[in-house]
Amino acid sequence: MTPDGPPLGYAIIASILQVALIVLGGPLLMGLMAKVRARAEGRVGAPIHQPLRDLRKLMGKEGLRAHHSSAVLAVAPLVVLGSTTLAVAISPLVTTHPLLSASSDLFVIVYLLLTGSIAMALAGLDTGTAFGGMGSSRAITIGALAEPALLVAVIALSIQARTSNLPAIVAATITHPVWTSTPTRLLALVAIVIVVIAETGRLPVDNPNTHLELTMIHEAMTLEYAGSDLGLVTLGAAMRLGLLFALLMNLFVPWGVATGSSILGLLAAVVFLALKTSLLAVAVSLIEVHSAKLRLFRVPELLAGGFVLAVLAVITQLATR
Amino acid sequence: MTGRRKTLELPASALHATAKQTLESGYRLALIAAHDDGESLRVVYVFTSGPPDHRLELTVRLNPNDPRVPTLSDLSFPASRFERQMHDTFGVIPEGHPFLRPLVRHSHWPEHWYPMRHDAGPTPAMAHEGVPYPFIEVRGTGVYEIPVGPVHAGLIEPGHFRFSVVGETILKMTARLWFLHRGIERMFQGVNINEGLQIAERISGDTAVGHGLAYCMAVEEAQGIDVSHDARVIRSILLELERIYNHVGDIGAMCSDVGFGVAHARAMVIREQLLRLNESVTGHRLLRGSILPGLTSVRRLPTSAELDNVASELSQLMEFISSNSTVFDRFEGTAVLLADDAEAIGTLGVVARASGQRVDARHSQPFVSGGSAFRLITQSQGDVLARFTQRSDEMRNSLELIRGHVGLSPRLESSEALSQPGSASGLGIVEGWRGSIVHRVELDVAGVVARCCIADPSFFNWPALATSLADTIVPDFPLINKSFNLSYAGNDL
Repeated sequence: MTPDGPPLGYAIIASILQVALIVLGGPLLMGLMAKVRARAEGRVGAPIHQPLRDLRKLMGKEGLRAHHSSAVLAVAPLVVLGSTTLAVAISPLVTTHPLLSASSDLFVIVYLLLTGSIAMALAGLDTGTAFGGMGSSRAITIGALAEPALLVAVIALSIQARTSNLPAIVAATITHPVWTSTPTRLLALVAIVIVVIAETGRLPVDNPNTHLELTMIHEAMTLEYAGSDLGLVTLGAAMRLGLLFALLMNLFVPWGVATGSSILGLLAAVVFLALKTSLLAVAVSLIEVHSAKLRLFRVPELLAGGFVLAVLAVITQLATR
Repeated sequence: MTGRRKTLELPASALHATAKQTLESGYRLALIAAHDDGESLRVVYVFTSGPPDHRLELTVRLNPNDPRVPTLSDLSFPASRFERQMHDTFGVIPEGHPFLRPLVRHSHWPEHWYPMRHDAGPTPAMAHEGVPYPFIEVRGTGVYEIPVGPVHAGLIEPGHFRFSVVGETILKMTARLWFLHRGIERMFQGVNINEGLQIAERISGDTAVGHGLAYCMAVEEAQGIDVSHDARVIRSILLELERIYNHVGDIGAMCSDVGFGVAHARAMVIREQLLRLNESVTGHRLLRGSILPGLTSVRRLPTSAELDNVASELSQLMEFISSNSTVFDRFEGTAVLLADDAEAIGTLGVVARASGQRVDARHSQPFVSGGSAFRLITQSQGDVLARFTQRSDEMRNSLELIRGHVGLSPRLESSEALSQPGSASGLGIVEGWRGSIVHRVELDVAGVVARCCIADPSFFNWPALATSLADTIVPDFPLINKSFNLSYAGNDL
């Protein structure tokens, strides 16, 4: 924590607020995206809070596990949820001064997310079914290509802000608004949008609504989950989506994030974040509505494109220094 | 109108040579129908060619205690499958067959129980778990198997697919079907001809007109009834209505499988409009009940405005889909069924025509003449895109066909008196929306159905699906399967 930062109590309140916001907001964003899709297809669609109802229903059910499964299957949802919750708590979502903000390094956040991905991939393999293994193999292939693009894109931002600390990058962007329209930022933005789409399993990379096991990526890994375990996995996925959307918006459109220590500022930041992520969710679902799913072997090309943009962002930034 | 059927009875020893000569002179094997007459077994081989419409039946009588026929599997691939079917249900042994594995018979059936034999009796108790089907195993570094089904996610019919895969590339796929075997052919035995229609319309729920009409035509031929031209025109309109509503459904389903949900939704809207049109024309959304043996009746004909509306909505939908480059990329070059393979396998219908085969019963065995705008459309590529385009082109042609037929202002109802015939047989051939459907009906002296033998085009096309999978990847399979959209119910009977 920076020496002139707000008191510890404020940081604790802010982090709790962030976790609560993402636990509720992640599923709501999914509901919103489903709603936009339904409307575009000429249907009324389920209410936006349907994913929350589904979660409540799942959590009330018994968790059944396959006979031959090991502890991995049981522990994986907790790892996903734990690592995501930690990442949410220390990321600059509503304030630039969350708990442990000094450790909220971009590498820490990226690898916390990666921990969750690896836990899911191991869970996919654990039951020994063909679908789970297939999903894990695909998810790791895509993850291995997406993570570097994400890292390099955020490095471009950190060169600009001369720090790899995410809250500091957000704070610096607020003080230098002109940064948001530099070529570096725009290139990095496109790269990160591609990564976020891949990491959250949206079209054109993965189709979250399909029932076709052979085409699945993320869903294939979770096929063996049922009841409360499935609830945890689904909540984990929704929180990841919420976190990635919120980080994306805050890195590129940081206004509204509280920089001081007033509680009122925090509340305003919550409203701003809700608005920003909703806008992004609507935009992403509109992209989804008008795109079809890429052939699996085209996905690496898309991610390679994202990586190249990220590298270009770094080069542009180094050249303009 | 229908071509004269030539029949020839010959000893089993002469079968192979005659069949060879027949196939070489341009006929295709349409059906192999075995019959148990009590004192003897009889196998009828039906060959067709056209145009002009030619039909030839070769009949062989067998000793019921030791029923053997020489195999035709070296001459015709479909013959090898009909022979396996006949082996499972009648116990007729095709001598020299290279691959006599069970086809219809699942391993929980009692050994040596042949359900189509007259002395089969009631269905015996089935074992709970049979011996696993001996799938051919592919060995090698990194090869693994993916078993899928028979129960699938979503509302689709049951079938088991066994993939041998390296990474994502499919090396071999075997489809194990007949989970939906309901004993349809056995059900036909002993029903009166109108009850038979009820069964025929329900062989495959989406092909009520195709199977219903093939059955009626077979019965009418057996009874010597010549249906009026007006009735034929109405029947042709119904057949094309069935083709359009199914093709548009397939086009939507193919879009849905590549995640293009909006196009799927729009296709389903058009399909629903067509189903409502069906209801107002025939009183049934799936067109049941308008065609009976000797009888054809509809409430009204589609109007020109309705046809225009469907045509314009279809072309808008096609424009919308073809403007999406990702969809195009997914379709193009995926699962190519080569023309040579399509021919050797004996494929029929949309699948065959998308691979350049000029097979269409509306061309080779037409049942209506005059005022027809029918064109025999084919594609050359044989990929998913070709099957997609083929459906789109056929729908457009079907609309023109309907328009032409409606322009003839046929009478809405027509009926012919059924005769009280002796025992007789008849053959019905109809180009259903999936391909050529053949029914061969034998009536006995009391005017009831003694035997109805059915060949659905899916029976011919299933092996082509597996063949087209060379060099494809696992996540493309659902799309490829949808592009074939073969019937499980029609195949399994």
